[in-house]
Amino acid sequence: MDSTPNVIAGVGLADRPRKSRWPARMDLAQSLTGLALGLFMWGHMFFVSSILLGKDAMWTITKFFEGYFILGTAYPGIVSVVVATVFALVIVHAFLAMRKFPANYQQYRTFMGHRKLMAHEDTTLWWVQALTGFLLFFLAAVHLYQMMMHPGDIGPYQSGERIWSGGWGPLYIVMLLAVEFHGGIGLYRLAVKWGWFEGKDANASRKRLKTLKWVLTAFFLALGVATFVAYAKIGYQIRDQKGAVYTPSWVVPNPMEKAK
Amino acid sequence: MADNDSHRKLRIHALRYNPAKAGDTPRIQTYELEEAPGMTLFIALSEIREKQDPSLQFDFVCRAGICGSCGMMINGRPGLACRTVTKDLEADISLAPLPVFELIGDLSVNSGKWMRGMSEKLETWVHAQEKAIDLKRIEEPMDPALAEAVYELDRCIECGCCVASCGTARMRQDFVGAVGLNKIARFRLDPRDKRADADFYELVGDDNGVFGCMSLLACHDVCPKNLPLQTQIAFLRRKMVVQGTQG
Repeated sequence: MDSTPNVIAGVGLADRPRKSRWPARMDLAQSLTGLALGLFMWGHMFFVSSILLGKDAMWTITKFFEGYFILGTAYPGIVSVVVATVFALVIVHAFLAMRKFPANYQQYRTFMGHRKLMAHEDTTLWWVQALTGFLLFFLAAVHLYQMMMHPGDIGPYQSGERIWSGGWGPLYIVMLLAVEFHGGIGLYRLAVKWGWFEGKDANASRKRLKTLKWVLTAFFLALGVATFVAYAKIGYQIRDQKGAVYTPSWVVPNPMEKAK
Repeated sequence: MADNDSHRKLRIHALRYNPAKAGDTPRIQTYELEEAPGMTLFIALSEIREKQDPSLQFDFVCRAGICGSCGMMINGRPGLACRTVTKDLEADISLAPLPVFELIGDLSVNSGKWMRGMSEKLETWVHAQEKAIDLKRIEEPMDPALAEAVYELDRCIECGCCVASCGTARMRQDFVGAVGLNKIARFRLDPRDKRADADFYELVGDDNGVFGCMSLLACHDVCPKNLPLQTQIAFLRRKMVVQGTQG
């Protein structure tokens, strides 16, 4: 067995004469997975907030993603596949982004001192991003695993019950804050990192991007809180009907009954 | 108001510490002095050293923002003492040496040592491949717009403000900083430099180079020469990613 590559890499000489391509790939992959997740979260928030338009609207969105309007039958398994994909993206993104975290107490202390002394907005925002990213390791993992295993439990009543009676409320509220800050800052950083929308005057466009970032963060937080309250309210109203499933009266035949 | 302002009492809180002196501990020493019209921090520090405390260490050479020696932390952010006018600041001014660089004493750091190390690592000089050196040969003409673009990036004075402001450089010692990445961008632009992107990838294609940058952009915000660091680093990142993903 030829162990030459192992010996060379093992003593730290793998980059001679040619540097590894992995740092480039990892940098790109970190940005691409972040972009995909950031955009997904925008879409996710819009779909979830359909409850603000009423139970029927939210039910319709749910059944659309279960393939009901195309296949004629609702397959929650489709949702599981989507969730699994998002889960995979989260894992890859977390693995790559983790490289940027302070790696030991000394680095942590240096960065914290630097952040306080500099009082520089983008430096502080990076810290917020790192912190919320760390929180999401745990919050997102819990949420995604639950959704992957119980994709059929998404609906006006089931989601409301989860928040009011199921003990998921605290997780969702913390996750909402973490996701909106993390994603908003991340998408802004992506733009300045790669020079998107830079135009002729990079300083002016950065200022605009920053403003847009705050506007979007405020918008999605407001939308998120309103949505949370709407589900909690439904959960409260059906607090005595454990396992209730909402089906609009106009649905004929009722897909749930068909499944029986 | 202008008259009152010019006679303010300034209180300069300077960090004092001599690492060469056994038992010395970092402390803040406050100097009071009267503000003069058009006073820069460099003038204020010189006055303190002349009239109050000859032991205060700080660096300067050109007094005009060209040599890059007088970089220091001014109210927590890096800047050039000679280019900072006191009337733009509050009466209480805090001064500290630039981090990252080897501390000589008080506000004086050995940024030259760091810059030399970076330059040698990144080979920041024109790599021309001439067969024979001919001193009589006329230099090839360069398009004026291109010469202008090269000059724009060449305005870097290696003051170290970008490095001191960089979260990555603070955490990770081997990061080349905006100064290093800007230099690579400058030589990449220069037609006399025969290096290709594959060669530049060997220099900055890792986490000590362009992929270590986390885009906090403090470098861009503090650069006393207003270099387009955000644009240059983004450009270099795109080029190095293309190079790195082509196999």
